[in-house]
Amino acid sequence: MATLIPVWFDGLLGLGLVWFAWQALSSDNLFRAIVLFVAFGLMLALVWVRLAAPDIALAEAAIGAGVTGALLLAAMARLNVVIYEQATDNNETSSPPRRRPASELVALLAAGLFVALAWTLYHLPLDTPGLRQAVSEQLANSGVSHPVTAVLLNFRGYDTLLELLVLLLALLGIWSLGQCPRQAEVATGEVLDALSRLLAPVLLLVAAYLLWLGASAPGGAFQAGAVLAAGGILLLLSGWRLPARLTRWPLRVLLAVGPLLFLCLALISLLLEGRLLQYPLAQAGGWILLIEATATLSIGAILVALFMGGNPEPGQPDE
Amino acid sequence: MLTDYLAVLLLIVGGFFFLAGTVGLLRFPDVYTRLHALTKADNLGLGFIMAGLAIQSGSWLVAGKLLVIWLLVMLAGASVAHLIARRALQRDITPWQR
Repeated sequence: MATLIPVWFDGLLGLGLVWFAWQALSSDNLFRAIVLFVAFGLMLALVWVRLAAPDIALAEAAIGAGVTGALLLAAMARLNVVIYEQATDNNETSSPPRRRPASELVALLAAGLFVALAWTLYHLPLDTPGLRQAVSEQLANSGVSHPVTAVLLNFRGYDTLLELLVLLLALLGIWSLGQCPRQAEVATGEVLDALSRLLAPVLLLVAAYLLWLGASAPGGAFQAGAVLAAGGILLLLSGWRLPARLTRWPLRVLLAVGPLLFLCLALISLLLEGRLLQYPLAQAGGWILLIEATATLSIGAILVALFMGGNPEPGQPDE
Repeated sequence: MLTDYLAVLLLIVGGFFFLAGTVGLLRFPDVYTRLHALTKADNLGLGFIMAGLAIQSGSWLVAGKLLVIWLLVMLAGASVAHLIARRALQRDITPWQR
């Protein structure tokens, strides 16, 4: 199958990736830059598929292109940028991009980095087994049958733990900047209402499916959490708001349950087995499922909260 | 063997619709006509491609999943096209007329 796809397809994909990246970076229209960034993300997901890494492809499409694209659009909406004026005035007002004094230096440094990376890559041995051997030897002890999940949740569980904490920290940073903007009530129309009503349960089902699938095939907490977040963002866009009574404790518990439970299990494993995140052999599968299920909920909630862009708690009115 | 030919035929027809849709997107004069070209082509083109892939997969489970993907894309595509068109109307972008 793979041999049917000729080399030029991969070459086109790689060149397209660079082209999209360049276009997104050099566009002076923010909206166009975001759309190009999303296209870049989808292209990158295709590249990961061609590199036989479907797990990363899923995560890139869902988080890199989807949720990040939504976050960028939400950020742009708050920047008070009048896109349409920009788009229409572009022809008259656009001047050649200003040259910053350090641009030659930056270009030189980037070129140097590129050459160094290319040099290193060129001298890497072509056919290295990497850690594949070690992973497949220990796979039976990991509690799951999918090697990627075994690495992410068991062999190098602390990476995933720290990723969860980074997400939570990012949200804390945003919350410390203020409350989420009071969005004007807009009539969203019947089509969007019907769409969100139809899609929300489907997205919930897909998230559960991806989570369950993670034990034996590409999938898992981050992908499932991103799908959950997509459902939440769709609901927010179609006018749904978190009820005020849920914004204090219930929301906080939901946001923190994944990282907290992961930490607790890490401590328990430290006491039981003498090593951080060394799960008891017999219970490893159950522990991973528990961690992934709560992590999915927290990741979904954190991503939606990031999209809201501030603490939703109705406190004292803004000054 | 026959199914292979059928699958290839379906894929080519699907590809043709994508090509036509893309040409429409690039060449049509305003947002409404472009949406028209895009959604029609994507729905039909994706349908043909999904049918071709379903035949080639040789498994009812995979074929069912492909069908669900097609239905979801049509649902999302039609809804988004409607939303964009409605927004354009609200912004008083008048439809193109010859």
